[in-house]
Amino acid sequence: MKRVVIVGASISGLATAEALRRNGHEGPIALVGAEPEAPYDRPPLSKQVLTGQWEPKELDLRSPAELDALELDLRLGVRATGLDISRRTVSLGDGATLDYDALVVATGVRARRLPGTERIIGVHTLRTLSDALALKERLCPGRRLVIVGAGFVGAEVAAAAHGLGVEVTLLEAGPVPLALAVGEAAGRFLTDVHHEHGVLVRVGASVREVVQERGQVTGVRLADGAVLPADDVLVAIGSIANTEWLADSGLSVQDGLVCDEYSAAAPGVYGVGDVARWHNPLFDTAMRVEHRTNAAEQGMAVARNLLNPEARRPFAPVPYFWSDQYDVKVQAYGHLRDHDEALVLETTTEGPQLLVAYRKADRLVGVLAAGASPKILRAWRAVIADRAPWAAALNRTNAA
Amino acid sequence: MKVSVDADKCVAAGQCVLLAPEVFDQREEDGVVVLLDESPSSELHGPVRESAMVCPAAVIHLAES
Repeated sequence: MKRVVIVGASISGLATAEALRRNGHEGPIALVGAEPEAPYDRPPLSKQVLTGQWEPKELDLRSPAELDALELDLRLGVRATGLDISRRTVSLGDGATLDYDALVVATGVRARRLPGTERIIGVHTLRTLSDALALKERLCPGRRLVIVGAGFVGAEVAAAAHGLGVEVTLLEAGPVPLALAVGEAAGRFLTDVHHEHGVLVRVGASVREVVQERGQVTGVRLADGAVLPADDVLVAIGSIANTEWLADSGLSVQDGLVCDEYSAAAPGVYGVGDVARWHNPLFDTAMRVEHRTNAAEQGMAVARNLLNPEARRPFAPVPYFWSDQYDVKVQAYGHLRDHDEALVLETTTEGPQLLVAYRKADRLVGVLAAGASPKILRAWRAVIADRAPWAAALNRTNAA
Repeated sequence: MKVSVDADKCVAAGQCVLLAPEVFDQREEDGVVVLLDESPSSELHGPVRESAMVCPAAVIHLAES
């Protein structure tokens, strides 16, 4: 294998490049990124960047010297526009064409928007550093922020904005925020945390339209006709995988680039990070994971498989995520989304905390803790990785 | 190899402890990283490098000699 092209210069693309070098690849590596910034970290965008605790510089994943040492053909501020898998070429928005022997698709996701609101001043989404800086500038004490969507991004921004003295309203279309992702018990627990901090969470609130005056947002009209006044609106209703550039490639795209258990989409083509929908053999299901640690792990796994084609290993992680909201840390391991049961477990220590175990069929597939010591989850992670049956898993972790 | 951690930025994910328990631990109360060995022996360099890459807050820094 000679020339590797990695499209996407966030953590999964960078992790792939670094792991290729570390494992001895000396051939050319092109790293193509749509954003102009050198690779930076996204989780702080909805947290420390908004609150002003961190300067943008602190998000840099690597120093210029560390990037130089990787000897990359680094192309920033350029999008990939097309892929020809028979000729093994990637076309870029600046007219260039890159030949590859191996291609890594790491183009991530973008924020989903409310149609027709793109040009209204004061309507935001949050995915990139420039999004975060634009939103931060508007978060001043006494201003009113309505957040459409009470998922993790919406909830974290609510907490950060509330801390800055902004009047925050969080809107959730369903009956319980985050219920699909983490179940109703965890969703209700986190809703209570918002209420205790004085952030209003309105459930069953469908947005009919964003109201504007002379191009500036003034509020949000709900399905029942009520208008919530707003100086700013954050649209946090999920994401869309950046796969349009693959449309004519012949690769299979279904809410992400479809990959096998080795993260391969076709011979010599791999997917990593938020954009990859790969088959995770540990849970025997296809999944697309939008979390920071998975992106890095998958990049490293793909680099190893690229360099050892005769000894490829399936990528079978126990996904991990965390979220910081006010002073509550949420942490979870496993595949929580399609669970059949979310069982709230007794905890022994004082204070507001929650521990939930997730069952799919007869297996323990996930665990979530909120407000608890982060160390308690490590024992659970091992049990999930062991594919433990549900009853045995609960016994083991009770004994731990 | 010289390891350093920026504990102020740690998000207590514990991924480093899973990969290299000889080198990293977590504080009991808040899960923040504790560096056990700032000059790990060579057989630990692989897991330590992996920890630095996986760390969700990118707080593990390595100076390779």
